[in-house]
Amino acid sequence: MKRVLTPEMIEEKRQDVFNILVDPTSSHEQRVTYLARAAENFLTVLDEPEGLDELLRCDIDTRCICNLFEGDAPYRPRYICIDFEKFLREGSAFLQLGPAKDFSEALTNLMIMYHNIPSITNYPVYIGDLDVLLDPYITDLSDEEVRKALRLWMTTIDRTILDSFCHANIGPKATRLGYLLMEVEGELENAVPNLTMRVAKDTPDDFVLAGVKCSLKSAKPSFANDEMFRGELGDDYCIASCYNGLYKGGGSYTLSRLILSNIAKRAKNIEDFKTRELPYVMDIMARYMDERIRFLVEDSGWFESSFLATEGFVQREKFSAMYGLVGLAECVNLLLEKEGCTERFGHSDRANQLGVEIMDIINDFNNNHYNKYCEATGGHFLLHAQVGIESDHDCSPGTRIPIGEEPDELVDHLNVINLFHKYFPSGTGDIFPMDLTVHKNPQYVLDIIRGGLGMDIRYLSFYGSDSDVIRVTGYLVKRSEMEKLDAGQNVRQNTTGLGLGASKNCKILDRRVR
Amino acid sequence: MTAEQVALLPGAGGPPRATVNKIIPFSCVDGPGNRTAVFLQGCNFDCRYCHNPETIQTCVHCGACVPYCKPGALSIMAGRVQYDIKKCVLCDECFHHCPHGSSPRTREMTPAQVMDEVRRNLPFIRGVTVSGGECTRWRDFLVGFLTLAKAEGLGTLLDSNGSHDFSADSELIAVTDGVMLDVKAWTPEDHVRVTGWDNALVRKNLRWLAEQHKLPEVRTVIVPELFDCEQTVRNVCEVLWETGNLNTRYKIICYRPMGVREVYKGLKSPEQAELQRLAGIARGYGLTDVVII
Ligand code: SF4
Ligand code: SF4
Repeated sequence: MKRVLTPEMIEEKRQDVFNILVDPTSSHEQRVTYLARAAENFLTVLDEPEGLDELLRCDIDTRCICNLFEGDAPYRPRYICIDFEKFLREGSAFLQLGPAKDFSEALTNLMIMYHNIPSITNYPVYIGDLDVLLDPYITDLSDEEVRKALRLWMTTIDRTILDSFCHANIGPKATRLGYLLMEVEGELENAVPNLTMRVAKDTPDDFVLAGVKCSLKSAKPSFANDEMFRGELGDDYCIASCYNGLYKGGGSYTLSRLILSNIAKRAKNIEDFKTRELPYVMDIMARYMDERIRFLVEDSGWFESSFLATEGFVQREKFSAMYGLVGLAECVNLLLEKEGCTERFGHSDRANQLGVEIMDIINDFNNNHYNKYCEATGGHFLLHAQVGIESDHDCSPGTRIPIGEEPDELVDHLNVINLFHKYFPSGTGDIFPMDLTVHKNPQYVLDIIRGGLGMDIRYLSFYGSDSDVIRVTGYLVKRSEMEKLDAGQNVRQNTTGLGLGASKNCKILDRRVR
Repeated sequence: MTAEQVALLPGAGGPPRATVNKIIPFSCVDGPGNRTAVFLQGCNFDCRYCHNPETIQTCVHCGACVPYCKPGALSIMAGRVQYDIKKCVLCDECFHHCPHGSSPRTREMTPAQVMDEVRRNLPFIRGVTVSGGECTRWRDFLVGFLTLAKAEGLGTLLDSNGSHDFSADSELIAVTDGVMLDVKAWTPEDHVRVTGWDNALVRKNLRWLAEQHKLPEVRTVIVPELFDCEQTVRNVCEVLWETGNLNTRYKIICYRPMGVREVYKGLKSPEQAELQRLAGIARGYGLTDVVII
């Protein structure tokens, strides 16, 4: 069913446009991005499932489906993860660049490419496996030459890619470039790019430790369970945006999320939730995503016109879509309350078990839903534990234990997350602020990472409890920049505003320090 | 009560037991990496600056602390104080009111019982550290517990004040990867002033453990008005240098009055510059891992 815009709705949209124009806390680039989205939202091209409006375009306390600011006429994939190896090897006709012959050409070519990748944020959400891409070019250079170049180049990224959803990967093999990058990133303490170190059993401890030391200063890299991702997605996976496992040379068409805490409000009891309300909402969201994907692939023309597709840096067949969710903890707590039980998610076997049962239902649903454009992932979407947005309240990211309710002992916390990480090939993760500086014991974090790899733990992030760069939910911000924005000044990065909202609504500064 | 006495308690036959003050599942401050730290009750030294004076004495079950426990975690049964860990909110009221320098928050445990609690922390830990109090007062328990830990592939470290003759205890040393040793002062006079005890054995242990390369860490708490700190640091460093242990971590610990008993609260904390100076002296001997805490 295509929507019809009433004159009142159009007037409201005009007002939105005006508000964007005059918002003193947005920079020029941010305004342009929001204006483009506002324009898109004047269109009614999607044939939406019946019942969607009531779940999606409604009051925040009853909203059960959220499209995460994707517009109403998808004209490019949400996340685009290009094949940078091919690009450095072959160059690009559209960009009038030949193959990169040395280190400075490689750095320059990559930077040019970054500025030509769209994605939902208008910035690249994946900027390559930097160690694999760049290590071959530094054989003849000294450590200091490489450090100097990386310092400048990483600073350029931070100052020109104005969004922390931009993500670089390193590992699981140790390389000289990887070590130098960890040193430089530890020094720079920049929020951009986000960074993941993929860790496998044979990744040397010393390399992981270099990552840990960097993360205690600059809140990155995060650590991904390489074997787990490889087992699900094969060797060609990358980590993009917050922590999303996707295909290199592909990406994700779209991402919507179930707001489980609000779906629970609709249910009479656990049984009603499991058999009626949840399946009802899941079905509508899946069909909504199907329609978004159909429009993007069949009508938008992106895959026929973008040089990224026509030159083979991405292939339509390597895209999938992300079926997201948030608020499992609050959902479980509310359902138990409805049954007269006061046990809490993260603290009782009964509550955790209910969480697992709900995840099994969602997982089964997804495995039985077929989308012909998701052939890369068996015709199914990939589940995604969405990290939340700044306007969320009483709704924790993905399957996380609410901030302020973390178990006293870290081991108990890890045992809970171990139940849930396995469901999410396209991303989930937990975050731990660490107070380790005085004891100089980064091996402590290494042991926790190694322990997680042997279990079903997919993705862990750490930051020093006293550092300026902190991890909000999936992305990074600087405390100092949030303070500026809070004082009414505009700041460089889009995500600073998201971080400020999250620090007010989601208590991110109150996480239990380990 | 000594370990031997505890072993004679009713129903205590069989495996050796220890009085466990607490078990910290993940610790980042009790040796390298992530370790489960087990704190045993009771210490033979009586350091003036002790930060955990409630671990020094053994509980005599007088019951004086029981009324101070609001959540009802304490009770008296058959003349012995009982502690219910599930009800405890860790308010510390009990031991602050103990007239005997002890704590009721302890449990008598066998090596196997402690190991059961450690096991749930696998695979996140690389080892266990037994601390105190002075853990070597529970020597038989230690041998039993560390043997079990080794069988799980865990590393084993002890925290000790050096009052146990390790060189004469091959059974214990065989299951101990290393001892983190407190060197509280160098001359016997100073040592007596700080701890009430002579230190001939501590000095013997320092050298012997260093020679065995079973000395991952040495600590000295710096209290300038109490003993000659520079002399202590220099002598420790000399032993480490002579025995080829330059990678042993040396923790120069700043004395702070937190937790210290009222009577000794008058002691002054050292200046940061003094700590830096001592650390500089240690590094001057070639030590590679000197940490100020
Ligand atoms: S802890 Fe102290 S006050 Fe309590 S019973 Fe034991 S000796 Fe008495
Ligand atoms: S710390 Fe002591 S007084 Fe406080 S609840 Fe626990 S046992 Fe009771």
